[in-house]
Amino acid sequence: MTTRVDDELWSAIADPSRRHVLDLLVNNGAVSASWLAEQVPFSRQAVSKHLVVLERTGLISRRKQGREVLYQVEADRLDQATRLMADLAAEWDQRLGAIKRLAEAAHAEAKQHSQP
Amino acid sequence: MPGLMIDRDILIEAPVEVVWRTITEPDQMSQWFADKVELVIEPGARGYMQFGDQGGPVVVEVVERPTRFSFRWNHPRGEEPVAGNSMLVEFTLTEEGNERTRLRVVESGHELCDWPDAEKQRYADEHSDGWVEFLERLVTLLAKHQSE
Repeated sequence: MTTRVDDELWSAIADPSRRHVLDLLVNNGAVSASWLAEQVPFSRQAVSKHLVVLERTGLISRRKQGREVLYQVEADRLDQATRLMADLAAEWDQRLGAIKRLAEAAHAEAKQHSQP
Repeated sequence: MPGLMIDRDILIEAPVEVVWRTITEPDQMSQWFADKVELVIEPGARGYMQFGDQGGPVVVEVVERPTRFSFRWNHPRGEEPVAGNSMLVEFTLTEEGNERTRLRVVESGHELCDWPDAEKQRYADEHSDGWVEFLERLVTLLAKHQSE
């Protein structure tokens, strides 16, 4: 049928705060939740919640290092998400292009008929 | 919080009324959208769209001829398309000079549709870099960091 983005992935990256967290993870590699909490204008609790949501979508993963839990971006999943979004946008571009052709053809035809 | 997903537009060399008919008449819709479209263009009307061997119901939301048309689709099979489980497709038609129309389409997730227009616009403006660009930027950055 058409390209679709699953709901979880959608709402995960729709939130500006989570996008902020994603950004930080991309730029800084594997980091802890406490480190993230120091970089953002929201609470440690909020960071933890965002990490849970992002992890559920597969966009990030966690690993234990000593006593710390580190979070990192899953490049493949992110890449996949990007392609999905690009496909969705491309689909609409195709549809808009088709609408343009149809409307312009209909208009040209109507003009022809209106001429004596 | 919701987010805008896809936001595209195109300039068409035809009057707004012609573009309106192209995007709302079922026999026209079947030439640019689904393979088969059964739809009455009235707010709240339920219709059906067929894509290949798959299909599903569509619900018309806003009909303001000839400038605004929106519908919901892509909700889970067997469920009613309502806010919370479906995608909202909103077309906006704007006259740009004589016989020229700007057609904009925004396809968004559920929560967004309950927002007032001003809020939506503000959100759209704040995220004008768009989804694709946001994600592409992340992927590029990630590749760069990984190669370091």
